[in-house]
Amino acid sequence: MILHEFLSFEFLRVVWWVLLGVLLIGFALTDGFDMGVGALLPFVGKTDVERRVVINTIGPVWEGNQVWFILGGGAIFAAWPPLYAVSFSGFYLAMFAVLAALILRPVGFKYRSKRDSQRWRNNWDWALFVGGAAPALLFGVAVGNVLLGVPFHLTEDLMPMYDGTFYGKFLGLLRPFAILSGVVSLSMLLMHGAAWLTLKTEGMVQIRARNIGTVAGIVAAVTYALAGVWLAFGVDGFAMVGEVVTDGPSNPLYNEVSRGGSWLAAYGERPWIAIAPLMGFAGIAMAVRGLREGYEVSTLLWSKLAITGIIASVGLTMFPFVLPSTVDPTSSLSVWDATSSHLTLFVMLVAAVIFMPLIMLYTAWVYKVLWGKVTEDEVTGSSDSVY
Amino acid sequence: MELDIVELSRLQFAMTAMYHFLFVPLTLGLSILVAIMETVYVMTNRPIWRQMTKFWGTLFGINFVLGVATGITMEFQFGMNWSYYSHYVGDIFGAPLAIEGLMAFFLEATFVGLFFFGWDKLSKVAHMIVTWLVAIGSNFSALWILIANGWMQNPVGAQFNPDTMRMEMTSFFEVLFNEVAQAKFVHTVSAGYVTASVFVLGVSAWYMLKGRHTELARRSIAIASSFGLAAALSVVVLGDESGYSASHTQKMKLAAIEAMWETEEAPASFTLVGFPDKAARETHYAIHIPWAMGLIGTRSLTQEIPGINELVIEAERRVRSGIIAYDNLMTIREQRDATPEAVRLSFEDHSADLGFAFLLKRYVDDPREATEAQIVQASEDTIPGVAPLFWAFRIMVGLGFGFIAVMLYFFVMSNFRTMQFPRWALRTAVIIIPAPWIAAELGWFVAEFGRQPWTVDGVLPTALSVSHLSIGDLLITLAGFVIFYTVLFVIEMSLMIKYIRKGPYMDVEETDHWLERHEHRLRTHDGKGPFADPSDPRTSGATPAE
Repeated sequence: MILHEFLSFEFLRVVWWVLLGVLLIGFALTDGFDMGVGALLPFVGKTDVERRVVINTIGPVWEGNQVWFILGGGAIFAAWPPLYAVSFSGFYLAMFAVLAALILRPVGFKYRSKRDSQRWRNNWDWALFVGGAAPALLFGVAVGNVLLGVPFHLTEDLMPMYDGTFYGKFLGLLRPFAILSGVVSLSMLLMHGAAWLTLKTEGMVQIRARNIGTVAGIVAAVTYALAGVWLAFGVDGFAMVGEVVTDGPSNPLYNEVSRGGSWLAAYGERPWIAIAPLMGFAGIAMAVRGLREGYEVSTLLWSKLAITGIIASVGLTMFPFVLPSTVDPTSSLSVWDATSSHLTLFVMLVAAVIFMPLIMLYTAWVYKVLWGKVTEDEVTGSSDSVY
Repeated sequence: MELDIVELSRLQFAMTAMYHFLFVPLTLGLSILVAIMETVYVMTNRPIWRQMTKFWGTLFGINFVLGVATGITMEFQFGMNWSYYSHYVGDIFGAPLAIEGLMAFFLEATFVGLFFFGWDKLSKVAHMIVTWLVAIGSNFSALWILIANGWMQNPVGAQFNPDTMRMEMTSFFEVLFNEVAQAKFVHTVSAGYVTASVFVLGVSAWYMLKGRHTELARRSIAIASSFGLAAALSVVVLGDESGYSASHTQKMKLAAIEAMWETEEAPASFTLVGFPDKAARETHYAIHIPWAMGLIGTRSLTQEIPGINELVIEAERRVRSGIIAYDNLMTIREQRDATPEAVRLSFEDHSADLGFAFLLKRYVDDPREATEAQIVQASEDTIPGVAPLFWAFRIMVGLGFGFIAVMLYFFVMSNFRTMQFPRWALRTAVIIIPAPWIAAELGWFVAEFGRQPWTVDGVLPTALSVSHLSIGDLLITLAGFVIFYTVLFVIEMSLMIKYIRKGPYMDVEETDHWLERHEHRLRTHDGKGPFADPSDPRTSGATPAE
């Protein structure tokens, strides 16, 4: 097979860096509102019927949405094996907490309304709350830790080792900047969930969602701005030292890296990337306005724009790094030294080019079939095909 | 067994994987059975088939959700607990996992929501297509997972790269069309079909015993036994295919399963039962069937199947060759571009055995400094646990033949007889409901325990594959998984039982309409009215009276 030689290794690496971003953003845009809705559930729905309305807005779609997460994991494994190996074992207990929350969620959707007992249902409602809020917060905390850098190093055999007393331990991840990032992520997804509920519900549920969503949007804007300032003055960035080989073997130890300077230096080198944070702020502003005015479709779209901007801004700021190391900067993983081989990246790209458009198409069709508001009548009616 | 990081990681992986596989086989088979039922509904328009689709679909849903939920763990566990494995083979192993997500899992998960919520929103045909897409998605999912697993058993299409210290893909097509993967795929999905057939058969038999929903139960038995018979035959045929491919890809696993210590003259005999003793390297009280093993393993009368003792000698040779490869690798790593050509050539000759040198890492940091005793020990480590494999395999095969017998009986009774089943037969069908799960779990045990001491056969030892974690980390997650999964299992079982007891949802209005429209035809069909004889068990299930 020599077909892959037509696309350079360097090009494929950048493409897979972009696709990694696309997957993470796809996950946040789709499963993001599921998490937001889960976290909002006990607060926007006061009666059992209201809560069932809320759950049924995402009932038919959460399963598909969650695949973005699974696919994200699979794609990191396939295209970024060192990143997969270092990050998931490094964030071990945090990952376990995320998995537990994400397992709780589908089970909650499916099982909650299968018994009439009020206690059974209340318990599942709180399980759904945790299943939505915990990952939303923890994903942000993880991103914060990635920006700060994590204390790992690679041995000569490229075996990942973790240093320091706290790494891998859950509480050690809760550094102040990371918590701030967690709040950005949680509030952003709460806003997104509220935007979804605005589109899919009516009456009191919608009004409550719009109110909470407004507050969440404002919190998201403020904490995102704060995180930017903190990044400028309180967090060390990373930089490649010397000549950077962009098409060499995927061995992080071959590239030298230094710590110091600011992440935000990237905005001096590539001023165009400022468009990402601007999208973030503009999206939030317009989404909050939409929530206030009661716009439905446009609010969700603005909210999507905000999330796209915020996630893209992290990736663009860090480029070419994907996971910097604080204890041994040379071990840091970057686009140029932490990918799969040339052939594997090519094979995966072919698969993505074939299947991603298909996925988009049939997902769009499913949303079209399900278009329209979920009403109380529909939930309490005789149909057996609701939760 | 001392509980070090390796053992705890293995325990956790075994537990979460086997738990995941409690739900997978039923998903694989029931999705297809439900799709078949719905197809009959679309073709005949009879409400009973819609009712069946919805009823089995509800049970499918309760099961499906836990399969999805526990599958999330599987996707991330490699990185969490097996980070060196992930680094070392991710270039090959990750690809099928990612393609599984792209091609299969997205399909099934996106459409499964419409399967449940789309009844009032889609036309009949559109809904049927949705159901088929869920079934196809589930089964494609299994294909890619087994391609990944097949590569761990028979690592083709890959080569070690000294620069990146990992295996890298050289041919995607070799990985894709790995003979082990293809045989495993059909074997595994067929086992899933058997599981679902036994489940549908058992639950239906329970209804028949109770005299409830007999109309639904009868039709379900007819479908499940036909589908189940074909599947049970396919399981055995493809199981044999797996055995045949193991005779040239995983010789040690095959020898261990058969407790074949010495190489026998061809054609070798098959040990039906016996008590393998690893310490003495012999099988006590063995009963042999002459020729059988040679025929199954090599499909010839002249080819020899190597025994364990011969394979250990071969392993020792490969350990020594691996040490040379390791020495060359260290030179290449130090001198990089300045490495003498002779060293590179020598490495190319020996790199296939590099994994055998890694077996020594359990005993010594630098394999080059290994003592003779350590080399002998590492070679003997290549023998997996013989007795557990020997027995697990025999129980699995026994159950497999049992399923053929049960399915054949119900197939004949429901298709060529009056569909009146004796109570003992119905009771048997209820009692054997758990059996296919036992067989499936034993099958995985044989496949994965038989691969030890390797994660990737001959390439990477299990002991080297783990993450740099503490015992504490592992104990927390292990305890967490045990508690969490137990609670979920109890909830799942209680809901399953609740919904089986509750029985099918009767769409009274629709059934009435249908009977009205077809009354004329039904009346002339056998001369009586459709409600003529309410005591007739053959019509009582479909009447709105129940």
